[in-house]
Amino acid sequence: MPKIIKDAQVQDDNWVLWRDSETLPDSAPVIVPLNLYLAHREALAKLGEVGVMLASDESPKALPADTLASLPVIAIDFPKFADGRGFSYARELREQHSYQGEIRAVGDIIRDQLFFMSRCGFSSFALPGDELEEALASLNDFSEVYQPDTRQSLPLFRRRSA
Amino acid sequence: MYVYDEYDQQIIDQRVAQYRDQTKRYLAGKITDEQFLPLRLQNGLYVQRLAPMLRIAVPYGTLNSTQLRKLAEISRHYDKGYAHISTRQNVQLNWPKLEEVPDILAELAKVQMHAVQTSGNCIRNVTADQFSGVAADEVEDARPWCEIIRQWSTFHPEFAFLPRKFKIAVCGSETDRAAVMVHDIGLQIVKDDNGDTAFRVLVGGGLGRTPVIGSVIHEQLPPRHLLTYLEAILRVYNQLGRRDNKFKARIKILVRAMGAEAFKAKVEEEWAHIKDSALELSDEEIARAKSFFTAPEYRDLPAQDMQALALESADFARWLNHNVHPHKQTGYAIATLSLKTTGVAPGDITAEQLEAVAALGEEFGFGEIRSTHQQNLVLPDVPQHQLFALWQKLVELELASPTVGTLNDIICCPGGDFCSLANAKSIPIAEAIQRRFDDLDYLYDLGEIELNISGCMNACGHHHIGHIGILGVDKKGQEFYQVSLGGSQGLNASLGKILGPSFAQDDIPDVIEKVLNTYVDLRQEGERFLDTYNRVGLDPFKERAYA
Repeated sequence: MPKIIKDAQVQDDNWVLWRDSETLPDSAPVIVPLNLYLAHREALAKLGEVGVMLASDESPKALPADTLASLPVIAIDFPKFADGRGFSYARELREQHSYQGEIRAVGDIIRDQLFFMSRCGFSSFALPGDELEEALASLNDFSEVYQPDTRQSLPLFRRRSA
Repeated sequence: MYVYDEYDQQIIDQRVAQYRDQTKRYLAGKITDEQFLPLRLQNGLYVQRLAPMLRIAVPYGTLNSTQLRKLAEISRHYDKGYAHISTRQNVQLNWPKLEEVPDILAELAKVQMHAVQTSGNCIRNVTADQFSGVAADEVEDARPWCEIIRQWSTFHPEFAFLPRKFKIAVCGSETDRAAVMVHDIGLQIVKDDNGDTAFRVLVGGGLGRTPVIGSVIHEQLPPRHLLTYLEAILRVYNQLGRRDNKFKARIKILVRAMGAEAFKAKVEEEWAHIKDSALELSDEEIARAKSFFTAPEYRDLPAQDMQALALESADFARWLNHNVHPHKQTGYAIATLSLKTTGVAPGDITAEQLEAVAALGEEFGFGEIRSTHQQNLVLPDVPQHQLFALWQKLVELELASPTVGTLNDIICCPGGDFCSLANAKSIPIAEAIQRRFDDLDYLYDLGEIELNISGCMNACGHHHIGHIGILGVDKKGQEFYQVSLGGSQGLNASLGKILGPSFAQDDIPDVIEKVLNTYVDLRQEGERFLDTYNRVGLDPFKERAYA
């Protein structure tokens, strides 16, 4: 079973990331590209649990509002780790759409991004490589932050003056 | 100035530990060069032509004597005994060892300094008018707002991997000394219709390959909305800024492509979601920030007759005229320490000079020193009656070149001698010009002229906004120089126009002389170089330069 960092632990992962945007997968649980999901929602629903992957140029605004809340997982792809659009997408999902499910970072991510990603609302990280246990430390690079985020609702200045 | 509390100190200390671990993993081969690049850049570490370069943050150009002494100690122990003041008010070390950078950061953290976000595609160190808090023409002190922005932008989780670098400048006076028109975001403090403080918000200005003057997208932003509005701008840019071409990735390209009105509409749409969130500034936080920047304990000093002071000596009178600016407190003055002594790279300062300036800051002020984007240092609170004593000490230290605001107060990037991005050297050009025009009376007769030199299109030397700009270009492997005229900073900023085909290095002093002679011949009573240029245009200069 493949492993993933999820909820600050290394866990077994049974989601298959289906990057093919032309043909449908034949089993679930599976995470599919947004365009495949939009074109074949009903057929996919019959497979079982289905999540959606947003490419780096696909904003959460493209997700249908009626099913967004029921998606078990939304993956956000990083074609290059330095492409930071996904950080804003995750925040938007949590803060504007109140999405409660799993937000998964996939693609070319590095462990030194885990702390910022988790603050932006990512809850799981499909980190390439096999040093997942070591990478957990990067989730705790800082114990205090200035800005409000999806984990800490108040900026430091509102906690300082309290 | 701002003083860290336990929160600020903890964040900076944890940053040192984080970077120490990243360096260790890089040296152990667990992080690739490509992955380490943004990690080290966000900590100000470049890998240069000869050695790494470490850019240390000087938030909005404010330093104290303790920090200067620490910089001197670091430059001696980890470098070659000197440091460089950059065109963004920061301090650069040209010869640190990559493996020793974590130790340097640990030393800096002891005096509340760091290298956070001094490079990389993130929100950079915020800059301000170097005379903030003391300038006679000030609307309001920019520093509390800069500190609020510094904290918000430090390790902002969403904006660490932007399409490109992002620079914010704040100006609080009628004369813009922070170049707010040519920043990604420029904030100008104004008074609204009720006389309350507000921000005029400009976006999409910038120099570099495509110089652009910023567009106003908010005329009077109430201060409590400062951070939410900045966050909305950054969120739009992070999602829509181009990532396919590094040269088109700055926010100026996005604003120009969308149009300022359409960009503003997007910002307002994002802003609506967060305008009333917890990030809205509280009165308590604004008051807390301001409490660090109250006036020091000025004495009740009589105003000195500056003309009478000038009678002390002719040399002192020159310095007084050019390097001293009016202070808002009666009996005090602002003194600029020139780092433009001929034969020394513009902005360079030795460890001994740093220590001496630290002592002067205590003797002739309240232990505070400013750095400027013109690459000089400033003592902000000098009692007028002590100016002569200060000047005598500065002469001994070779920090009294009475040329601030003249042709020889050259802004100059490190150029091809150090920087791996450069197309051409810039420091030898500055020196050749300073040597050619070494007659002070002639310099004074020429009056106010800003000459800026960049070694490449990245425009660290701000050549676009120099009255005379010089840009190093590569022509079939040879170093050539393009000259432009008519640029200016300030609230009526303009971008220079290229004179014509580029020149060989040796020809530059002659070309500049021809340009200056044209000005001297054509100027009318009281006209500065820029005024004459604006009246007569480029052609007369061009004819003479290529004759």
